[in-house]
Amino acid sequence: MKKIQWKFILAGLLLILPLAGCVTDVPAPSSSSAGTANSQQSRLDTVLKRGKLICGVSGELPGFSFVEPDGKYSGLDVDVCRSIAAALFDNPDAVEFRKLSAKQRFPAVQSGEVDILSRNTTFTVQRNTELNLDFAPVIFYDGQGLMVRKDSTLNTLASLKNRSICVQSGTTTEQNLADQMRQRNIPYTSVVFDDVNITFGAYTEGRCDAITADRSALVSRRSSFQKPDDHIVLPDLLSKEPLAPAVSSGDPRWSNVVKWTIYTLINAEELNIDSKNVTQFATSNDPVVKRFLGGEGNFGKKMGIPNDFAARIIKHVGNYGEVYDRNLGKQTKLKLDRGLNNLWNKGGILYSPPFR
Amino acid sequence: MSQLPLSQSEAPPAPIALNGVAWMRQNLFNSWFNSVLTGICLVLIYLGVRGAITWLSQAQWQVLQVNLKLFFVGFYPPELVWRLWLIPALVAGLGGLSGSPFAPTSKRGLQGIAIGFLLFGVLVLALPLSWSSRLWLLGISLLAAIGFGTGQKIPALASWLPWLWVLSFPVVLWLIGGGLGLKSVESSMWTGLLLTLLLAVVSIFLAFPLGVLLDLGRRSDLPVVRSLSTLYIEIVRGLPLIGILFIAQVMLPLFLPQRIRPDPLIRAIAGLVIFSAAYLAEVMRGGLQSIPKGQGEAAKALGLSSPLTMLLIVLPQALRNVLPAIVGQFISLFKDTSLLAIFSLVELTGVSRSVLAQPEFQGRYAEVYLFAGALYWVFCYSMSQASRRLERSGASRR
Repeated sequence: MKKIQWKFILAGLLLILPLAGCVTDVPAPSSSSAGTANSQQSRLDTVLKRGKLICGVSGELPGFSFVEPDGKYSGLDVDVCRSIAAALFDNPDAVEFRKLSAKQRFPAVQSGEVDILSRNTTFTVQRNTELNLDFAPVIFYDGQGLMVRKDSTLNTLASLKNRSICVQSGTTTEQNLADQMRQRNIPYTSVVFDDVNITFGAYTEGRCDAITADRSALVSRRSSFQKPDDHIVLPDLLSKEPLAPAVSSGDPRWSNVVKWTIYTLINAEELNIDSKNVTQFATSNDPVVKRFLGGEGNFGKKMGIPNDFAARIIKHVGNYGEVYDRNLGKQTKLKLDRGLNNLWNKGGILYSPPFR
Repeated sequence: MSQLPLSQSEAPPAPIALNGVAWMRQNLFNSWFNSVLTGICLVLIYLGVRGAITWLSQAQWQVLQVNLKLFFVGFYPPELVWRLWLIPALVAGLGGLSGSPFAPTSKRGLQGIAIGFLLFGVLVLALPLSWSSRLWLLGISLLAAIGFGTGQKIPALASWLPWLWVLSFPVVLWLIGGGLGLKSVESSMWTGLLLTLLLAVVSIFLAFPLGVLLDLGRRSDLPVVRSLSTLYIEIVRGLPLIGILFIAQVMLPLFLPQRIRPDPLIRAIAGLVIFSAAYLAEVMRGGLQSIPKGQGEAAKALGLSSPLTMLLIVLPQALRNVLPAIVGQFISLFKDTSLLAIFSLVELTGVSRSVLAQPEFQGRYAEVYLFAGALYWVFCYSMSQASRRLERSGASRR
């Protein structure tokens, strides 16, 4: 008995040594090769040297970033990162996704933990200047909206006079609602909840006449209701929420790559180039298409990435329309209308500067 | 009854056989107050059961079936999952081997084990699993049985068991991480229940020796060592775990130079170890103080040096005394790993939250969290059962 006992203890103590070795041996690709102390070096070089992109996402937002049953990330935010990986490495899977909470996201991008933050982040002046973030072009125009029951005869903001509205506390949502209603002089009762699930639960149980949240959230939540068609989202917008990817500021080479990757998605839709026909377009004689797909000019090289970066993005990820339809559009359960997120010549406000 | 002096009730009263109605009258409706209480309880039970049944009939378990792999091994490459299956196989074999000294000698005990195996087999066949998973599960239970049998045949193996367990640990890490001939898998892919278990096991094994050292430091005669240990213990015990994890995951990268970016996994383990070690040290202090001074003095009188006295005489007894408290600490450490879901680590809770964001399964909170909760419970309960086994065997050998 005694013998076994001390063997156990000795074994336990011996365990520390090999264990310490094992743990530090864990491959830490992000750490070992995450660039040099030279601050002059662009993050672009770091990413290229590492061979993969590290992308901060939420991982918990339907349609924007979530995990598929097969363990792959999926969503609009995710596809932005896949596009960049496609442009740099011709491989949309060369991305390591890091789940980031709302609190964690800004320190993570400032400290260089992630190369890019693609996490439903609203582009604001404070984040741009005080938090030192460079925002890429907006990939989704969201806004705070209101949802009511169809049979309630409520159809405008003014008709909500003296009605109760469910709202989640602790976000800008509550403040926006108060501001907008006071500005319009509409008295109302707010029913405030801490948790987003409880807020929606209270609305479906009929504890309030309306509910307010970002419109994409309203629509996606509605799709999980038992009778989605009994609810309508009012056309009024209470706030502007342009969602855009962000990178740490002061690194124009890297932010340019991110910026033009997103413009590529938009421009491809404008030129009607999609993942299926991109190979046919590659042989096109149209100078606009040729310059765009890298057959002519040296735009990629000058940015530090391959000339055919646009062709790679479209081949692997598709154009903006395809990405939108795949993640949020008609074929998904969310069924979000394009609305503002359509091309400028189709009723939306997406507009890409020319590739020349 | 309990207030009666023992002398009056020396002989235990003969159990009175009551039929159902009489039993109820005596125990549930013996006064108007108790009758009202019984009535209220019945109504509450009825409401609870009805609610549970309505919910069960509406629950959609498809979300679990589709995402089963995600819950257990997360993003691990599907073609390499066989490596992860080998881990429970290894643990089952070793577990069977370690369990055989505790084998029940009575016929009833053996019957119980046989019935357990049978139930497991039926469960494996009844659950909607893929055939390969069923085969693996049956193979694993077979391995446990083989290990058990081998242990019975060759009792000498028992003295080698600690070494086998220690050796199995690098093997398990090798199976998960690859290298040395196996295809390597990045630590960001170690997710799901796999990550929860890995975090818990590694943290427990690191926190335990550190806790013992801290405790010895606190009782040391050297003032510097003593005050440093005390300072560490008191500071860490005064901080909430979530604060320590926040510093490790969010603040640390802001302090460190650009090129040093420790893996989030290592930072998480460090946070858990730092926290648990302080608590374990305090638990161990209780254990060491419970050993009479005479034990150490007697050992010294026999010529044992101080470290040997500690290692061979005092520590083993102290450990046995505080085993339940230590296991309690391990159980809470295991559950605390779920806090890491807030900090970008995709362990069991993190995976559950990501699954809930799948557009098809929005709003299926109850099913997903119930499943995750059941998994946590299974592991915590096994830990407490194993500790009770150990306690009992320790007590019987004393």
